[in-house]
Amino acid sequence: MKVLLRNPRREVEVAGGRSVDRLLDDLGLGREAHLVIRNGTLVPGDARLEDGDTIEVRPVISGGSA
Amino acid sequence: MTAVGSKCRVCKAPAVIDLPRHNAKFCAEHLQQLCRRQMAKAIDDFDMLSIDDRILVAVSGGKDSLAVWDMLIEAGYQADGLYVGLGIGDYSDDSGGYVRRFADERGLQLRTIDLRDDYGYDIPTASKATGRVPCSACGLSKRRLFDQAALDGGYDVVVTGHNLDDEAAVLFGNTLRWDIEYLARQLPVLPAADGFPKKVKPLVRLTEREMAAWCLVRGIDYVVEECPIAAGNRHLSYKESLNAVEANSPGSKASFYLGFLERMAPLLAGNSAAAAGALHRCAQCGSPTTGEVCAFCRLVEKSSAHEPVPVEMILPRRAKAGRR
Repeated sequence: MKVLLRNPRREVEVAGGRSVDRLLDDLGLGREAHLVIRNGTLVPGDARLEDGDTIEVRPVISGGSA
Repeated sequence: MTAVGSKCRVCKAPAVIDLPRHNAKFCAEHLQQLCRRQMAKAIDDFDMLSIDDRILVAVSGGKDSLAVWDMLIEAGYQADGLYVGLGIGDYSDDSGGYVRRFADERGLQLRTIDLRDDYGYDIPTASKATGRVPCSACGLSKRRLFDQAALDGGYDVVVTGHNLDDEAAVLFGNTLRWDIEYLARQLPVLPAADGFPKKVKPLVRLTEREMAAWCLVRGIDYVVEECPIAAGNRHLSYKESLNAVEANSPGSKASFYLGFLERMAPLLAGNSAAAAGALHRCAQCGSPTTGEVCAFCRLVEKSSAHEPVPVEMILPRRAKAGRR
């Protein structure tokens, strides 16, 4: 499945058949700092992701304070 | 094939998000209900807003400021937006576009200020000219311009999109330094004072993950890319540290910040410069300041006289590496 990552924006190919939480763990990304969008819809951590899905992993942390 | 995920705690419809700090999952509708209730509780608990207030929302094009503007309008408040063009290259151009589209699509009133056009400088130049870190020059400029626009425009209150993660990270930094002056001022409501408008933060009970989810389920398009100058700053490292704690102990961020407001802030009341009566008028602009000339006037004087500095010259090393 195609996985879009941000900051910087890039796309990686990852095998399906894993949960959202597992995908984030495998990518080394924190669950509290990211949302996962499957085929245009927000999905929770136990949602299954399959080959053929288009996934966006969206970071949610922002910060400009000194 | 896509397997069916888990259910919303409230209605048993398919969930779109799990929120470990609430030990629950929610569908899009009940996620919004949770966000509305948390904002309403913050507004009520801290006496932030009245329904007939004229509100000015400081908007950046990011998720938090667009979400709070959306939530206030939906709740029936009268809220205009103010966008400050910071001159941070393509990032500022993109951010301004998101704000204008949001306002146009909803028929909302948007005020804009451009630092370069209206004050003769931008954030990269201000950082170079003054020796301040860019986020400091940015924060100083925005605070002053929001205050001034609110006072000039006859607004009752300025709303910012600071969320629970923002406030917990600032609290963490202030606590690491035991900065009593800053700790005493770290409140979700700053009342109007001579030369200052009332300022409030209705999202202090909501995390940035919840705010990003609000934008997604509401179809709000916002700038996802991080400010290139902010990459790797101290504030972001505090957020990462707190998220590591949160992962092992959900609810820690809320307990840290909201517990501070409930039990520590009252003990610190009276420890800020404003409370101590240490402020007087800036000799140039008349705004409240602790010095002869306020920090904003000093920044404008140095920055507007400096040759413009392109954003690439002040990018942190990590951001430069990412651009190669």
